[in-house]
Amino acid sequence: MSAARIRAGVAAREFSAREVADAAYARIDAVDRDVHAFLQLTPELAYAAADRVDAAVAAGDELPPLAGVPAGIKDNMNLVGTRTTCASRILGPYESAYDCTAVRRLLDAGALPVGKCNMDEFAFGSSTENSAYGPTRNPWDLGRVPGGSSGGSAACVAAGEVCVALGSDTGGSIRQPGALTGTVALKPTYGRVSRYGLVAFGSSLDQIGPFGRTVEDCALVLQAIAGADPMDATSSDAPVEAYASGLADGVSGLRVGVVADMLEADGCAGGVRAMVRAAAETFASLGAEVGEVDLPSCEHGLSAYYIIGPAEASSNLARFDGIRYGARAEGAEDVLDLYMRTRAQGFGPESIRRIMLGTYALSAGYYDAYYGQAQKARTLIKRDFAAAFERFDVLLTPTAPTVAFAFGEKSGDPLAMYLSDIYTIPANLAGIPAISVPAGLCPESGMPMGLHMMATHFAEGALLRAAAAFEAAAGFDCAPASAAALA
Amino acid sequence: MPISEDDVRHVATLARLALSDEQVAVLTGELGSILGHIDALARLDLAEVEPTAHPLEMTDSTRADEPRLGLTQAEALANAPEARDGAFVIPRIVGVGGEG
Repeated sequence: MSAARIRAGVAAREFSAREVADAAYARIDAVDRDVHAFLQLTPELAYAAADRVDAAVAAGDELPPLAGVPAGIKDNMNLVGTRTTCASRILGPYESAYDCTAVRRLLDAGALPVGKCNMDEFAFGSSTENSAYGPTRNPWDLGRVPGGSSGGSAACVAAGEVCVALGSDTGGSIRQPGALTGTVALKPTYGRVSRYGLVAFGSSLDQIGPFGRTVEDCALVLQAIAGADPMDATSSDAPVEAYASGLADGVSGLRVGVVADMLEADGCAGGVRAMVRAAAETFASLGAEVGEVDLPSCEHGLSAYYIIGPAEASSNLARFDGIRYGARAEGAEDVLDLYMRTRAQGFGPESIRRIMLGTYALSAGYYDAYYGQAQKARTLIKRDFAAAFERFDVLLTPTAPTVAFAFGEKSGDPLAMYLSDIYTIPANLAGIPAISVPAGLCPESGMPMGLHMMATHFAEGALLRAAAAFEAAAGFDCAPASAAALA
Repeated sequence: MPISEDDVRHVATLARLALSDEQVAVLTGELGSILGHIDALARLDLAEVEPTAHPLEMTDSTRADEPRLGLTQAEALANAPEARDGAFVIPRIVGVGGEG
C-alpha cells in the first residue's frame, strides 16, 4: 500500500494509524529475520506517533501529509530515543542526543518511525556487506546484496515492511540500492534537504533523500523534509515546490537526453544498456523530445570521488576517538595509544581503507597531485552538466552497471565494488538532483534494473514529473515476486 | 605513484590508527591498486582549471550572534565512555610532580 493510500485510509477511518503500525511490525516479524533491513526497532516511538495521528482523526483535525505512514530511517540519522550506530562498533553504544532535521520533519508530517535501518558502516560501500552487525539481504533474492550504503532503507521498502524510508547519498548510496531492490530512490539537490543530524561522511557530497514504492510517495516525503534549516548553513532557502501536485502533467515537450558515452562504458551489462534505450523510446512515445549527449569529463568522476569522498571522510571521522562518545579501547597507556587502539578496534575494514586513502590524499606531498586535481576535475564535470542542461531538461543513464550481485562477489576487490557507483557519482560531484526508477527485470536473472534520471540544480519538480510519467508508462510492478514467499 | 608499507605505516600514524602488520600488508596492496586507477587523474593537465570545493555557488551564511540553549552538561556527558565530576575522563597527559 502506498503512503498516499495509507494517509487517505487513515483520514477516511478505514483503518487506524495504530493498525498500520501493527501491520508493519507483523510484516517485519515475518520477514526481517531473512532480510535484516533493521538494526533496531522503535515501537514505543512508532505507537506514540500513531496514537497522536489517531487522536487527530478522532478530534476531526486536519491530518498532516504523511499521517500514519510507516517509515524506516537509516542509522546514520539522529533521533532522540534511538541509538545511532552508523552500523559501526565504534558507535555501538551511542544514544542520539538530538534530532536530525530531516527525520524530525518526516515525523512532524505524521510518519511513524518504525526503526533504524542497516547500512554499510559510516555509509562506506555499495552492498551493505560492510555493516558491523551483519549484512542486509535483497528481498528479490536472499543470496544477493541489496546495494549500499542505504541497503537497509531500500530493502525494508522493497520487502513491504514500511512504505517509505530515508537514506543518505554521497556517491549513489540512495539510488544504487534503489535500482538493485526495485524501489524509487531520490537524491535531492545538494542543500535541498538539511544535513543537520546526519553523521557526516563527505560534507560537500552528502544528501538525505527518500525511498518509496512510487514516485508520488518520494515526492510527498521530499516535500516534507526539504527547505532551509538554521542548523545547516549549507541548506538552501530556495522555495520548496509542491512536488506531489503536477505529477500527472506528463512530459510533452520535455527534452530528454541519453548520455551516450556513459551508456557505452565498459562494464555496463547488455541488458542494462537495452533498458535505457527502451526507456528513451518510452519517453519519445510520451511526447518528449529525445536526443543524445556526451559527458566526457564524467570518466574522471570515479577517481575524483575516491579522492574527495575519503578526504572529507577522514576529516569527519577524526572525531571518533573514544573520549566523548562511542566505544573506548581498554587499558590504554596514554591518550595517543587510546586514540589509536580505539579507532583500529572500532572501525571496520572499509572505514579504515577510506580513512587511510583520504589521509594519504591530504598528506604533505600528495595534496596537489590528488586532492587538488580531484577538485579541478569536479569543475570539468560541472561544466559538462551545465552544457548538457542547456540542451536537455532530463538526462538518462543506468543507475547501476549491473543488477544486484551475489554476496562476496566484489567484497574482496575494493576497486570492483567502487565501480558500482560509476553512474551515480557525477551527480554528487555536481550537486544536482537525480532519481532511480524501476525500469524492468533483467531477462537473465529476473532482478530489477533502475533507470537513472538527472536534472539541473533544484529541478526536482521536473525530475519527479518525468519519473512519474515513465513509471505510469512502463507499468513495472516493483514488488518482488518472492515477497509473498518471504512471509 | 607506488605506495610502500612504510608509507602506509606513516599514514596510519597520521590517521591515528594502530594497524597490525597484517593490516599494513593488505592495505599496501589495496591502496596501491586504487591509487593506480586514480593516477590517470593526477596526470591530467588541469593547470588552467579552477578547483570546485563546493557544488553550489554559496556566499557567507551568517546568523545573528544570539545566545541559545545547547546540550546540557548531563546530556553532553551521557554518551561518554567514562565521566567523573562533570568531565570526560582520559588517561593522564601531564605527569604528577613535574614528570612527563
